[in-house]
Amino acid sequence: MIANAAFIATFLASAVEAIELVTIVIGVGATRGWRSTVIGALSGFGVLAVIVVVVGAALTAIPIGPLRLVVGTLLLVFGLQWFRKGIVRVAARGFAGAQGPDVHDGELWTEPGLDWTAFVLAFKGVLLEGLEVAFIVVSFGASANQYGVAAIGGIAAVVVVGAVGFAIKNSVTRIPRSLLQLVVGIMLTTFGSFWALEGLGVRWPLGDGSIPVLLSFYAATGLGYVLVERRRLVALRAAAPA
Amino acid sequence: MSRVLDWIAGFGRFWYHFIVGDDWTVAAAVAVALVITAGLRAAGLAAWWLLPPVVIAVLGVSVVRARRTAASGRS
Repeated sequence: MIANAAFIATFLASAVEAIELVTIVIGVGATRGWRSTVIGALSGFGVLAVIVVVVGAALTAIPIGPLRLVVGTLLLVFGLQWFRKGIVRVAARGFAGAQGPDVHDGELWTEPGLDWTAFVLAFKGVLLEGLEVAFIVVSFGASANQYGVAAIGGIAAVVVVGAVGFAIKNSVTRIPRSLLQLVVGIMLTTFGSFWALEGLGVRWPLGDGSIPVLLSFYAATGLGYVLVERRRLVALRAAAPA
Repeated sequence: MSRVLDWIAGFGRFWYHFIVGDDWTVAAAVAVALVITAGLRAAGLAAWWLLPPVVIAVLGVSVVRARRTAASGRS
């Protein structure tokens, strides 16, 4: 009974973190390209595995606050760049995009080498969220004295959410790139804002429940900026001499 | 030696592009907002409300700056 409760609690709590992890990896991969994103994600899992093996149950002693602040701030400032580019491009091209995926807008990595931007975004997302899953496993495992069951619950959550993310990967890739950049920019800005303040020790009013609220707030404002910019562009085109 | 210097320069360029990008005001505004938020928290005041409006405001300013940059590039 205790084992079942520990598994369910660890699975559900870890699933919340895994959704954030998979959202970042899928969003970055679909926008920048998959190769460097996957290498970054795998590197993040590799470093995470080393930390878990070396530190073990003393994991909760690692100060997660500074890591949240650094990763959150970096995601926020980078996410805002994509947020702005997404607004400008969607305003210019509309939500339908340029008749399907547009590979000429400069964000898709086409060089032969590693795309360090995609690598760093995926690496940081996996490392931070993976560490949070590991903290949940250690905390729940310690309180129920069921480390093994808690570990299975945490790993199962990452695998299940990862499988769902993999299943919808192709659908995400079919979204026009300008719109995708806007959506991923909003998500990076949301997670970045949330983690940066958590890293400073600030408590959000609804805890993790503040993330969808923040996401809705940013999305609504982004939509407002798109409509304002689009109206301005339409007026400019109408006023331009034929 | 020059390969090491090239690597260091490339490393620095990557992080500059990653953090500052093409509009330095965004990173600056976020940094200032986080410092003020830390101050509010240290003073024991509610601090979560400050960052989201700053993000929205600096985003709007950045969109206008991008529009002006694009317009000056065309003219």
